[in-house]
Parts: sequence; structure tokens; C-alpha cells
Amino acid sequence: MSIEAKNENKEFKPLIVAFCCNWCSYAGADLAGSSRLAYPADVKIIRVPCSCRVNPLFILRAFQKGADGVILCGCHPGDCHYSTGNYYARRRMTLLFSMLDYLGVENGRTRVEWVSAAEGVKFSQTMNEFVEKIYSLGENVRLEDLRCKKN
Amino acid sequence: MQRIGVFVCHCGTNIAGTVDVKRVVEAVKKEPGVVYAEDYQYMCSEAGQQKIADAVKNEHLTGIVICSCSPRMHEGTFRKAAEKAGLNPYLVEIANIREQCSWIHKDMEEGTEKAVILARAAIAKVMLNAPLQPGESRVVKRALVIGGGIAGIQTALDIADAGYEVDIVEKTPSIGGRMSQLDKTFPTLDCSSCILTPKMGEVNAHEKINIYTYSEVEKVSGFVGDFSVDIRKKARYVDMDKCTGCGLCQEKCPSRKTPNEFNRGLNTRPAIYTPFAQAVPNVPVIDTEACIKFKTGKCGVCSKVCAAGAIDYTQKDEIITREYGAIVVATGFDTINLDKFDEYYYNQSKDVITALELERLMNAAGPTGGNVVRLSNGEHPKNIVFIQCVGSRDVTCRGKSYCSKICCMYTAKQAMLLKDHYPDVDVHVFYIDVRTPGKNFDEFYRRAVEEYDVDYIKGQVGKVSEAENGRLLVQGVDLIDNRQIKMEADLVVLATAIEPNKDVRKIATMLTASIDNNNFLTEAHPKLRPVESPTAGIFLSGVCQGPKDIPETVAQAGAAAIKVVGLLAKDKLVTNPCTAQSNPLFCNGCSACEKVCPYGAISYEEQQVMDGGVRENRRVAVVNSALCQGCGACTVACPSGAMDLKGFSNRQILAEVDAICR
Repeated sequence: MSIEAKNENKEFKPLIVAFCCNWCSYAGADLAGSSRLAYPADVKIIRVPCSCRVNPLFILRAFQKGADGVILCGCHPGDCHYSTGNYYARRRMTLLFSMLDYLGVENGRTRVEWVSAAEGVKFSQTMNEFVEKIYSLGENVRLEDLRCKKN
Repeated sequence: MQRIGVFVCHCGTNIAGTVDVKRVVEAVKKEPGVVYAEDYQYMCSEAGQQKIADAVKNEHLTGIVICSCSPRMHEGTFRKAAEKAGLNPYLVEIANIREQCSWIHKDMEEGTEKAVILARAAIAKVMLNAPLQPGESRVVKRALVIGGGIAGIQTALDIADAGYEVDIVEKTPSIGGRMSQLDKTFPTLDCSSCILTPKMGEVNAHEKINIYTYSEVEKVSGFVGDFSVDIRKKARYVDMDKCTGCGLCQEKCPSRKTPNEFNRGLNTRPAIYTPFAQAVPNVPVIDTEACIKFKTGKCGVCSKVCAAGAIDYTQKDEIITREYGAIVVATGFDTINLDKFDEYYYNQSKDVITALELERLMNAAGPTGGNVVRLSNGEHPKNIVFIQCVGSRDVTCRGKSYCSKICCMYTAKQAMLLKDHYPDVDVHVFYIDVRTPGKNFDEFYRRAVEEYDVDYIKGQVGKVSEAENGRLLVQGVDLIDNRQIKMEADLVVLATAIEPNKDVRKIATMLTASIDNNNFLTEAHPKLRPVESPTAGIFLSGVCQGPKDIPETVAQAGAAAIKVVGLLAKDKLVTNPCTAQSNPLFCNGCSACEKVCPYGAISYEEQQVMDGGVRENRRVAVVNSALCQGCGACTVACPSGAMDLKGFSNRQILAEVDAICR
């Protein structure tokens, strides 16, 4: 079933935050855009200088505020603009994601992906896959702080 | 109170085709802080920029958001426009509603909704932007070149000719490097020392160049434009000012059993020596491990014969500290160790030699005076086998995955020269592929095949062993005829893979320059910035960056030199203001940030901190903004939240998250 079809069937519109490093993945997202490779509008990108800039706090905050999935994209191992940033990101996220899993935020809702500036196709594919996964998992309620909800 | 202006670009129909820009304008006007919003056909055009400038002035804006294409495209344009209008350029944020919205969505409703959210995130962020000022740092008008081979020599000459002072630090007693060991050079067959020694002389005589031979870089601190380097000048035990270079000491030295490094151990040298006759400087050094005087206290022959009284056994290592604006790494290469390549019989037989050893054998100033002989019995070889790719293009752990690049050409050269000198020899070359890209290179190789009748066999050698008659037995395959080959040979020459100099990892660590798995230094961009290291102020010249032949090395040396000159020509450097910043109130001096910083930008100092009305001295982290590149690794490593990144602060990113998840 395509995502569009699912959209019609269900009310559920996921909220997905993607952190992209400025040098590889953000450029990869730009390339996906200029190549007109569609992925669902549920994905909202936040630009960070490097994947290592992403504090686990940011991801926790996203879930607290009602995000259904968070993905972190960085340069491929060995290609980091700052030489080692993505290795730090990988380690930190491994720990954070296993903790989140323990807290009930399934591993499918969190993901780290390496996307280079040349991989527009990979960026779009990754986002499509990820959104589909979030659809299959449904709404995330485990960490959501209802006090943050306005309506 | 913040006064934010939002400008929504149509980009023709690129954005307006899928995003209802009017609706975006109406939606953002409701956001807190936004006092002005408008849309326009092309915000990046002169007229669009004028609209921004007018709004900044008329509406007294304190921050602007442009909803347009990717910031990678026009962030610079809009920052400049803001600056012109009198707004700090870092008070501009861009919402990417083209590449990441209109171009990938087809549905107007969906596109508009997302564009509004992206604009909201940018507005939330810009509310927290602080005006940033690029810093300034000084430029010391002097360059350091590490390595005195052809790469270092050429770089130094080019920098010095542009009028800047250059110091060369060379580990061995003489400059000259690998090129001085070569006999002839491809594809012109001119003699290596005939073209190198004039350059060595030029460097020596150049008033702007200062050479530290027998010296090593010990410590590097500082940053682009302002490095401080400790150079260890090892004790030569010979006074450079007094020595006339007559060579009598070397002649009379009784300790003569040390393998001669310059001749790749094919003969021996005295304990007091210059590596080769044309050494620059022509001043010998005493090898204390071989010297009888240093080992037993009794000898002193060199001191007795030296008419100039230059021998000084009491000399000590000297540490020289100098400041530099730029550092060029030109540390060159060595051939790999062949201990793990037993099938080629290199360690077992004297008649299996590396190509570099053959260069020394062929050289008229070499250990055999230019006679190519079998080292086991001194006879002239009749049948010579060359084996290509020994350790190159070898993905197993003992070899190197890369192509060493120079071997195909020097093998053709050596084969031709051997045929020239000894028309009776047969030369066979086992190869995987013959790679000859380069001006006049393929013609050169074809000459070896067609004119000189060198026998090229496509296939690899599986085993070299000793035949019963004392010759070597080479077993290989011919892939074209699909047959096994067994041939007897008198001399086997291995085209041994080259690898970066062993010291390069140590040097790279000192310079915080990045290095790859093969120990080659990494360039800032593989295509567009091939002679710069990602670390600002560090430049790469020659094989330390990747395998190269002489013309390529010289070209890269010149390129590195012009980059250095471009840097040294500046009086001040402007630094990126988006750097990390530590709050001394929260910092507990734990060093977590220092450990993750790839640029060595973080140090610690005692600071007086006012905390809750109490004044106390604390050890706190300080970021050197000239070194910091703004990756933000430290901000996450910091357990107390003291470290933050300007331009991408914790509050700014959290505000974006909040705006998106609303």
C-alpha cells in the first residue's frame, strides 16, 4: 500500500524531525530536491553543522513535543567534514536509541543514516522508508508530554 | 523586543507553483515577533534585495527570515544584503522551502502547510540569533616546510621567490630526499641528480630560505597564521660553521660497518658521514651508535685529522622555537617492508632486490659504480625478471589497496636502461595491468616493448625460489596464453609498493591534520582543495598526500606554495564567528570537551568567576576561536551544559524543534 493511500485511510499524520549535517546530508536533501525525488511532507529538516552537534536532548525534546520519529543524517564514516564528528554521533545515538527503546520508544522510530552530498536518491529513499515505518508503528505516545499539547 | 521581517520568495514558479506564498505570508504574520512579511518574485535579485534593505530600515527589523531556496545557495547573498542595510549578517535565517518543500511535493495544500512550518522554525531560531562579529588574527610572514625532498625543495623555492621567509626541516643529514637516490628519471631519461642538485644548491643559497637538516619537528602549537613550532636540531658533533666539507674524516674513520641507508643497505658507511657526495649542507654527522669514540671513549681519529677543528664531541641537541604563518607537510614516502611477502624470496636471496635498490646499483655513484651485478656473486645477470604490484593493489592486510602509480613507468625505464647498458640481457616483466597515464608516458612504455623488446607477461608471480644451479627460479602464470611459466633468473626486481613516511602519523597528530587508513594525509577536498589539509594553515606537498611521480610532485609543490603565499600575503585573517563558547559559570573544568575537539581548539585556564556573589578562581575551558571550526562536538560532550555553539546554540535548535513539533 502506498503512503498516499494510507493517508486517505487514516487520520494519522506523522511528525518526523530529521537532523541533517550541513556538509553531506543537508546537501543530499538539496540534491533530492533539485532532482525532484519526492518524499512525504511529514519530514521536517533541521540543519546542524555536524551530526555530532545533535544533543540527545534535542531528540528527547522532539519526542516530548509529540514527534513520531526522529532521524539523524550525517556524512559517511570517514567523510566527516570535521573528520570525526559522525563517529561521536554514532556512539551517542547507539546509547540513546537503546535507552529510548527501553523507555518504550521503539527502535523503528529512531534512525541514524549516512547520506553524502551526492546521494539524493538515498536521501529520498531513506525518508520514504522511514515514514513508512512510522506509519506502521502509528502514533508515538510514550514520551509525549501532554502539557505541551495545546489543543 | 524583537522585530522580525519575513520575506517569501516565489522563485518564479519554482516555489509559487506548489506553495501558496500569499498564504505563507498571512500565516507568518501571526507569529509572535513578526512585524513585517511580504512576498516577491525573486528575492535574490537586485530588486528583491532592495526590498529587504528597505524593510530593514523602515520597519527597524532586528532579524530577518527569507523563505527561499537552500541556504547553501543564497545564504551569503542575503547576509550581504542585510549587512548593506545595516543589520548584522548573522541575524538572517533561511527557511528552505524550495529544495526541501516545493520541489518534492506536488500537492499545494501539503506544500503550503510544510512551508509555513519551516518558516515558523526559522522565525523561532532567528528570534534567538545574536549579532556575531568575525574575529581577526595575525599572520606571521614565515612558512615552515617539513621535509627536504623535491616536494619540500620546490615548495620552499616558490614561497621564497614570492618574497617570504621559509624554513625547511629535514630529518636526515642532507636535503634531496628520494629523488637524490634515483639514477635516471622517466620519461626523458635525464639523470636525476643533474636536475636535482642545482635545485638543492639554489635552496642552500637562497637568502630567504633557512635549512635545518638532521632536525625534527618536536612540538606544534597555535593555529593558522600563528603557529609556534619547536624544532629539535640533533647534535651533529660537527661544527657547521667550521667544517669545510673536505671529507677527510669520513675517509679515515675506522668504524665502517654501518649499513649505508642512502644506498639502501647495499654497502656500508663510516660512523662520520654525509649521505652522498653532493649533500647539502656538505657537513657530515657522527652516528653515535656506530662511533667508537662514543661507544668506548677511545678513538677520536676524526678530530685528529680535521684541519678545521670542526669536530665537537660535546655538542648537544638544540631546541629552536620559531613562529610560522603556514606549515607545509612534504614528508614523502618509503617502500613497504617485505617481511610478509616470503613468496618473492626477498629476505632469503641477495639477488632479489627492490626497484629502489636497483636504482642505487645502476647509479654511477652507487655502491657498485653503476655496474648492475648479482649481489650474491658479483656476476652480471643475464636474465632479469621484474615483478609488478608487490604489495600494491593488494587488498589483503599485508599489502596496500592502492596503486603506487610510479612502478609501471620506472620499471619500463629500468628495463630500457638495462637493455641499453647490457644488450645481451633478457628482461621479463610480470604485470597485472600496465598503467601509463601521463604526458609521453604511454609512448615511453611502448618504446620499451617495441624498440627494446622487453618481454611483458600479463600475470602474477606465485613463487620465487632458489634453483639447484644457484640461479633463481621464478614461477608464475601467463594469463593471456593461460599457461604456467617457470623460468630461471639471475636477478629479480620487485616493484615494491610505496607508503607514506613512517613519521607522518606523529607529525599529523602534532599538526592535528587528518590522515587516512593508509597514512596518507587527507586533503580538504579531494577535487577542489587537493593541496590543503582540512586543518587551516596546513598544506600538503608530494607523496605524503598520495602516490605521485616527480612532475606531479613538483606541480603540487608549486600549488601548495601559492596557497601558502596567498595566506601569508594577508595581514589579518578573518575567522568564522560560528564557534563554540564556554560559559565559565557552568564549566567545571572536566576536560570532556577538550578530548573530543578534533582541532585542539580547547584549552584550560584559571579564571576568576563571580558565582552567586562569591568570587573564586576556577579552571575553565577556553575556546580558541581561530582554531575552532564550529562542529559542535564539544557542546554535546559537555556534561554541565557550559559549552554552546554560536549560530547553532542549544536554545536555537530547541526552538526549531519546538516550532516544528507544535
